[in-house]
Amino acid sequence: MSGVVGTDKLLTVEDLRVSFPTRTGEVQAVRGVSFTLGRERLGIVGESGSGKSQTGRAIMGLTPKHAKITAKTLNFAGRDLLAISDRERREIRGKRIAMVLQDPKYSLNPVSTIGRQIIETLKTHERISTAEAKARTLAMLEAVQIRDPERVFSLYPHEVSGGMGQRVMIAMMLICGPELLIADEPTSALDVTVQLEVLGILDKLVAERGMGLIFVSHDLRLVSSFCDRVLVMYAGRVVEELPSADLSKAQHPYTQGLLNCLPTIGTDRHPLPVLDRKKEWAL
Amino acid sequence: MTANVLSVKDMVVTFDDFVALDHVSVDVAEGESFGIVGESGSGKSTLLRAVAGLNAFSAGTLTINGQSYSGRSRSKDFYRTVQMVFQDPYGSLHPRQTVDRLLLEPLAIHGFDNVDQRIMRALDEVGLGSGFRFRYSHQLSGGQRQRVAIARALILEPKVLLLDEPTSALDASIQAEILNLLEQARKDRGLTFVMVSHDLGVISHMCERLAVMKSGKVVETVTADALESRAFAADYTRQLMTASEGFRRV
Repeated sequence: MSGVVGTDKLLTVEDLRVSFPTRTGEVQAVRGVSFTLGRERLGIVGESGSGKSQTGRAIMGLTPKHAKITAKTLNFAGRDLLAISDRERREIRGKRIAMVLQDPKYSLNPVSTIGRQIIETLKTHERISTAEAKARTLAMLEAVQIRDPERVFSLYPHEVSGGMGQRVMIAMMLICGPELLIADEPTSALDVTVQLEVLGILDKLVAERGMGLIFVSHDLRLVSSFCDRVLVMYAGRVVEELPSADLSKAQHPYTQGLLNCLPTIGTDRHPLPVLDRKKEWAL
Repeated sequence: MTANVLSVKDMVVTFDDFVALDHVSVDVAEGESFGIVGESGSGKSTLLRAVAGLNAFSAGTLTINGQSYSGRSRSKDFYRTVQMVFQDPYGSLHPRQTVDRLLLEPLAIHGFDNVDQRIMRALDEVGLGSGFRFRYSHQLSGGQRQRVAIARALILEPKVLLLDEPTSALDASIQAEILNLLEQARKDRGLTFVMVSHDLGVISHMCERLAVMKSGKVVETVTADALESRAFAADYTRQLMTASEGFRRV
């Protein structure tokens, strides 16, 4: 892996560190994460506290003000994300980098209709007429396979189901045609039967529009079936990077442990193998 | 055939106009581990809550250990026989009580003796040392909290354990630990489990028989072996099965 910014490299992250000052000292959430991303699907997997979400948030620029971010390189399409002004950040955020969050119940605005919030995104970044914005919003809602876009357009978030809410969020994030989409546990709050539908929609749109995708999840199997490449994180570091197809050949004991500890239909293992966390993994 | 320790017949639970359980019947034999799967809103948790007396049921019968119950009223004896573990370990422990106090309460209510020993033994059994005894729940991780919740349920030496998604809020590696702990407890004490989950993998690992629920009805009841060999009839079970196999690009 080289740190050279090529033309096909959308995002270059080198030695990213995020730390939070607390009363009991500094908590290092991300400790030196490096990767590059082209127009491909990259999965980041880890358990709670591994720093996977904070990595995504740092790229999006959503880290809280009191946290400390450092990186040798944090470059998006030729621009240094740590050096640019807040204003330039806002121009990128939502327009060129977008983020789908875990739970639509908490991340959509509860007092504004779905149509209004999508139009708001569009009008923040583009100078277009309201009529045109509405037309594009309806087309986008149709693209995420909402059957009756006109009706959903005028509904409030609490009036739709979780699966529908997540499609609305995907629509809102994709309407400005971002180059990079960060999806942070996009289907964890959904029912298993709905999960596949939403993933299918996301997969189709990402492929059609040629975006880069960072898919953050705790579910190693899901990520490997969805992405081209997987980073496995543990205690703020990347412990292993491998192509999804080679998941069964994972070298690191943590990755192997994560794969093994899941109960599956048709395997009879009692008791289940558990992870024996070694101190040296976190070094 | 062993006697049914838990028997539900034609149970109906309604919330105003909404029918959450629509004539549900389930029989669980003594020592069996019975699973319930379904998506959210299918009524799987409502069934457990109606059994535990947290929701009233308006029609049907509930027999546990030969005793009949109705509505929401449950005898003290009932809670000696049946205990429940909830989904969210962050919401099910009292935030201002120490682990010691949490475990003491059920013992005091039911007039147990040797309180001290029992608490120590309960903590030991769930793999938490005595060092955890005087901690508050916010000082524990999610997995440790769920262990405390299991200790609290087991400390009354119940016969039946109702488990409502006991591992869905936990990381995969912690889930494996908790599932192993539950299996061990069942083996040691000859417990009967009724376990609710949306994860077919977990249910087929833990249970011998399972009911598939949808829209307040039991779609079908199959054995775990039948699930493995795909010998099920309902279309909905097949859908759940496909969903549990993960994403496939078409």
